[in-house]
Amino acid sequence: MNHPWRNSSRLITFLVIYVFASLCLADEEFNVNVKQLAGAKLRALPVIVAKLESSGERALPLLRAMLDGALYYRKSDKRIVAAYRTGTGDFRLDDLLQGLDLKVASKREIKKIVVNNRLRGQIRKIIARITLTSKERVVRELAVDNMLNDLNKANIALLRAVRQSEKDGDILSKLDMAIALDDLKHNDSRQIRLAAIDIIDGRLQPVVLNTLNSLLDMDAEGTPVENDEEVRKRALAAREFIELKISFYEVLQRIFYGLSLGSILLLIATGLAITFGVMGVINMAHGELIMLGAYTAYVVQLLLPGSIEYSILVAIPLAFTVSGLCGILIERYVIRYLRGRPLETLLATFGISLILQQTVRSVFSPLNRQVISPSWLSGSLEINPVFSLTYNRLYILAFAIIVLLCLQLVLKKTKLGLQVRAVSQNRAMARSMGVRTERVDALTFGLGAGVAGVAGVALSQLTNVGPNLGQAYIVDSFMVVVFGGVGNLWGTMVGGFTLGIANKFLEPMTGPVLANIFVLIFIILFIQKRPSGLFPQRGRATE
Amino acid sequence: MMHHNREVARGDNFQKNGRIFLIVLFGVTIYASFCNLLVPDDSIFHVSTYTITLLGKYLCFALLALSVDVVWGYCGILSLGHGAFFALGGYTMGMYLMRQIGERGVYGHPILPDFMVFLNWKELPWFWYGFDSFGFAMLMTLVVPSVLAFAFGWLAFRSRVTGVYLSIITQAMTYALMLAFFRNEMGFGGNNGLTDFKDILGFDLQSDKTRVALFCLSAVMLAMAYLLSQLIMQSRYGRVVLAIRDAESRTRSIGFKTENYKVSLFVYSAALAAIAGALYVPQVGIINPGEFSPLNSIEIVVWVSVGGRATLYGAVAGAVLVNYAKTKFTAEFPDEWLFALGALFVGTTILLPKGLIGFFDGKKWRSVRRG
Repeated sequence: MNHPWRNSSRLITFLVIYVFASLCLADEEFNVNVKQLAGAKLRALPVIVAKLESSGERALPLLRAMLDGALYYRKSDKRIVAAYRTGTGDFRLDDLLQGLDLKVASKREIKKIVVNNRLRGQIRKIIARITLTSKERVVRELAVDNMLNDLNKANIALLRAVRQSEKDGDILSKLDMAIALDDLKHNDSRQIRLAAIDIIDGRLQPVVLNTLNSLLDMDAEGTPVENDEEVRKRALAAREFIELKISFYEVLQRIFYGLSLGSILLLIATGLAITFGVMGVINMAHGELIMLGAYTAYVVQLLLPGSIEYSILVAIPLAFTVSGLCGILIERYVIRYLRGRPLETLLATFGISLILQQTVRSVFSPLNRQVISPSWLSGSLEINPVFSLTYNRLYILAFAIIVLLCLQLVLKKTKLGLQVRAVSQNRAMARSMGVRTERVDALTFGLGAGVAGVAGVALSQLTNVGPNLGQAYIVDSFMVVVFGGVGNLWGTMVGGFTLGIANKFLEPMTGPVLANIFVLIFIILFIQKRPSGLFPQRGRATE
Repeated sequence: MMHHNREVARGDNFQKNGRIFLIVLFGVTIYASFCNLLVPDDSIFHVSTYTITLLGKYLCFALLALSVDVVWGYCGILSLGHGAFFALGGYTMGMYLMRQIGERGVYGHPILPDFMVFLNWKELPWFWYGFDSFGFAMLMTLVVPSVLAFAFGWLAFRSRVTGVYLSIITQAMTYALMLAFFRNEMGFGGNNGLTDFKDILGFDLQSDKTRVALFCLSAVMLAMAYLLSQLIMQSRYGRVVLAIRDAESRTRSIGFKTENYKVSLFVYSAALAAIAGALYVPQVGIINPGEFSPLNSIEIVVWVSVGGRATLYGAVAGAVLVNYAKTKFTAEFPDEWLFALGALFVGTTILLPKGLIGFFDGKKWRSVRRG
């Protein structure tokens, strides 16, 4: 009696064995083909390469290495490897099949598999065919994107063929665009060319604009390349629309850069807004507290070499602590003795900044250090070909706002915040109400310093970390605080973003240095007009 | 009553110490010049040309410190941008010296300085015209920084920007100038500044005699600036300036136009700083945008605060002492200089609020009172 279950289980067993076997066979076939490459004559290569196409994506690394002229075989065992010259003149070997570690070899141990131009053309086609029909959507899209930059006859033919089987909407639209571009150039039918313009209308890829430009150009005799009046008119309109769209996105991009610069200014100025704005203490060592934070990020990375991805998350609270403690020490042993003498405070804290700088220089050497960004911070969010947001800047923007909100929360909702505000408004009265003003001073200063340290961690993701890191920002951060209005965190935010955006919009006209100078001059003039900034503190406390 | 006596006594003290300072300055200048030019090289009394140049440099710094003391010590204006006036004075002198090089430059161009030839410039920018004349260059040494100081002071003091805010924007001013002068397009030699000078008024800059002459000139200028400043501070004008420092709003209420006093004093001080810069450049042989760096300006303030504010000779003493220490320190422990400078900042502000002069004067006062 045949139980249905048994039947199906047999079927499954059979299927598994079949699939496995065929996989093995395919594997076997691929390996055999690859083995033939070693020592093959140039004449025999096209046949072998053509056979490799059936192995699909598995053959890609090998084909790419071959295209780059980096494909070798090892004389001892005829193993096919990709070899790249190292600094010492030896070759680093890359096993393309099993991913074994093959170490380095001298030039004598390996032999190059030589390819010629015809073979290269064939390989390119095979790679294109394999990637265009890949199962991975990303691979297919990348393949189409690459082809857009090189729309020759063969590629167009390939794309047209792929167009029939492609299902993904985004890729289809790109394929249509590529075909339309080709039609626009080579198709004689006016109808098709007009339809092609409709398809490419509003696309931002550089190749579209180039094609339209060359279509609207005059040729050597001074007659237009495009002889049809109607098509020319439509092409002109399409080009105008695309250019408008590009300039719109350029403005957006610039605003983003401005916001990004603004967020950095905001981060470095927030701590200052507390020490300077709330306590009235000019802390010239603020930049160095930022630097300490950045070095904390660097040290954390050295201590946790295995977890680059998360070390930055450890570094943030640690930097807050290190810089905060340092700030409390500065307050406790220097600033406390200089209360009510702002100019002397300025000088003393400047002295501290020199000492901190030199300490770091002695401990870590004067060389710049690099903090490696975790992978989730690198790369960018591409919205279209002319507008993309890099993740690190995006995260820092968000981070700056979070830090500001947290601070606002601390100042408005906690007991410490209440005391801080009380002391900053009327020290004597606060003291008589039982507030321990000295303790509050130390904690406030520590808070501001801690925020500086956190800003340092953020900066370490953007630039190299060095002893002069803080100095580069000190003037700018004072400008932000003074511009925004002392004692007002929102003012600091508006100030930071305004200055950032102003800087980035001036830059294309004047270059970065002059833009910086103009912003400084603007602030110098602005302070004359409104000595207490954009959002002055009102009330009796402000004398 | 006693307070009043002290003020009077202090005035006498001021005169007396000033006289001592001038005598010391005069003596050192004559002695050093004499021992450099007339005493043979192998004698132990010989003063090397290196020392002369070093002393000349100190004197320029002393003049610069004096200029800061005039505004900070007497009027409470803490300028963190006086290095800018010094550097501007230096640049005007540098431009004159550059034009004097003539065809002796590396590229041998009769008019264009080397760096312009290097940048492929075809003609002299308009702001370089006239700098081949020494008189014009010296006029510009006074005019350019004074105009900047006037514009800046007029804007700042009229809108009553004071205290820390003023310090920060003066720092922003010198920072902006530094960024600007670092640009090649500005036409002042960019990063490298102006250097490779050959001669001044036809005298070789490398010769001992020229060096001694420049050193003596620095001493004379310092003495003159000192006497003039002393005169100003003891005049009615100086009294008003002191009143502004101690109680600006009261002074204004009495009816003085305080901003006019502050602007004029600021311009005077800027001119002194510029003269110091113009004397400094031929002696050290280079001027570059680094002179505009905010750190330099703050260092000047430290000289004054180490010496003691509002005494004039305190600023001079501070400048000479700190720079002597810097020369010694950077030669023997180059890394520790910043530690020492930093400690100096912190130490003087906390332990010696009136500077070294105040420290010694205070001791004397205590003993007098006890007696």
